[in-house]
Amino acid sequence: MCDCNCHQNYNLDTLVPMVGIVTDIRQETPDVKTFRVNAPEGGKLFEHKPGQCAMVSVPGVGEAMFSITSSPTNKEYQEFSIKKCGVLTDYLHDLQVGDEIMVRGPYGNNFPVDTELKGKNLLFVAGGIGLAPLRSVINYVLDNRDDYGTVDIVYGSRSADDLVQLKEIQEVWMKAKDTNVYLTIDRPQEGWDGHVGFVPSYLNELDLKTDKTVLVCGPPIMIKFVLGALTEMGFSKEQAYTTLELRMKCGVGKCGRCNIGSKYVCKDGPVFRCDEVDELPNEY
Amino acid sequence: MVKIKKENLNELYKLISAEKSLFVPAKKAGQTNYALYGAETEVDLDTLKTVKSAKELFFPQSETLYNVKTVDNKYSVTQAELQNEEFVAFGVRGCDIKGIEVLDKVFLSEPVDTFYKARREHGVIVALSCNEPEESCFCTVFGVDPADAKGDVTATFSGDYLYMKANTEKGEKLLADCASLLEAADESEIADEKAKIAEILGKLPYANLSLEGWHGGATEEKFNSALWEELYKPCLACGTCTFVCPTCQCYDIKDYKTADGIQKYRCWDSCMYSDFTMMAHGNNRTSQMQRFRQRFMHKLVYFPANNNGMYSCVGCGRCVDKCPASTNIIKVIKAFSKEGK
Repeated sequence: MCDCNCHQNYNLDTLVPMVGIVTDIRQETPDVKTFRVNAPEGGKLFEHKPGQCAMVSVPGVGEAMFSITSSPTNKEYQEFSIKKCGVLTDYLHDLQVGDEIMVRGPYGNNFPVDTELKGKNLLFVAGGIGLAPLRSVINYVLDNRDDYGTVDIVYGSRSADDLVQLKEIQEVWMKAKDTNVYLTIDRPQEGWDGHVGFVPSYLNELDLKTDKTVLVCGPPIMIKFVLGALTEMGFSKEQAYTTLELRMKCGVGKCGRCNIGSKYVCKDGPVFRCDEVDELPNEY
Repeated sequence: MVKIKKENLNELYKLISAEKSLFVPAKKAGQTNYALYGAETEVDLDTLKTVKSAKELFFPQSETLYNVKTVDNKYSVTQAELQNEEFVAFGVRGCDIKGIEVLDKVFLSEPVDTFYKARREHGVIVALSCNEPEESCFCTVFGVDPADAKGDVTATFSGDYLYMKANTEKGEKLLADCASLLEAADESEIADEKAKIAEILGKLPYANLSLEGWHGGATEEKFNSALWEELYKPCLACGTCTFVCPTCQCYDIKDYKTADGIQKYRCWDSCMYSDFTMMAHGNNRTSQMQRFRQRFMHKLVYFPANNNGMYSCVGCGRCVDKCPASTNIIKVIKAFSKEGK
């Protein structure tokens, strides 16, 4: 018998989750719901920074990494916008308000809101559910409005029904000071009088000034074409940030899944500056 | 330095195991692996390499992380107990000790894996020198001296005796606890044995394997090399290399349903498997070539880039011995050195 008591001083391991309560569910689109999560005793489970992620799990069903879509400036709760596309997300979409889930985190780095982004004019470019991580930054910026320059948000989705957070976009973002929101959908649709076309070509049409720092998130193929469009417009790779998404199990850079080059997306990412992404092996 | 007659080793095992858990290489069903010592245990210190490396003593093939009980749709979570009793790992070869050093870099870096850390803190390692390194061994390439493996205690067979020397406080305490069975010895008594081992090492076929060009640099050039398309072809994606490897640490976290909830456990996984990186929106490594390349790039390029040049290979040669398609890290290293890259 070892007579030391060192083991009694351990906190719980980072792999062990906390219980969270689903306190609100919003149907955003036919296949995206936003879940509001609180600690059982009320308040937030933990503090996070814009762009960070958390592991959400249901015992016996599965566990996966989701970006925290609410801003840290929200002191009451955290939110996850989750698209129904697999075993775990199917189950999550069947949850009711009051149900319990398990959450551990926060994991990963964050968009550099307190350093590189401060004082800058910001351009957010999002596609579909890719708005989720950027929404955290957008609301953080709008809640600390004087710390940043102009805000332009270009957001596109397959159809008008697939735009997430539409209510907040219309009621908050579109009315915010020095903030322009540009929405687009892939194909014409009855009742839609806004822009029609893919996000990269819309960016080209908008011909925005290059005095901005860009934050991009969306499907990998969209990110690729957006970066191409930005380069054409005269933006440099050093001006743009994006997030990567790979399979993850541990969230702390040890299980090996999200390893790409000498980086672990869960720990060294998910946020990368686009010139850093270029240095990674082409395997994401 | 102290020594014990080979024929008295059973007394030593009994003495140690009376106080704490003792893990030894033991033969069972024709295979030698680490096992908890008991009255029936067939200790096997003659077999050079256990099938699975000593990593399983610190990072088990499967271990419970926590339990979730569900009562009225409410969850309660209990973390599995951490290792809290001292144990002894006896007969660990130099390559496997180097493997544990590699695992330390992974599991003891922030955020620390507390399950692993507790085992490391409570484990006492008795290293065993390799009297007869085998043809598939190439640990010296990675800086291991198999004649002087550095555990808490270094043990070396010579003549009729096992010689032991403590390297750490833990090791000194273990030898002090066993003092009744040990007699004083001098380092000079194993000098001949060490010279004999050094001679064998010089003759091994892979002793001069060159790692020139691997050390965390030229990532893109290696990644894009046409060689991978040739090298991966024999690979069956069986994952044997990853399971026998002392440094492979990729793991999965899974659920096991119990009567009133679930047990969350982690188990070894393999980057060789097609669903390793698969997720809802796709798979970033769809071909076996990509998965094969990932394993070797990680061991020889990515890991050294993050760890001051330390490779994630220790030259134990288990993958050389066990690969059913006879493809291995030596072929990879040699193919690139032929290319002059």
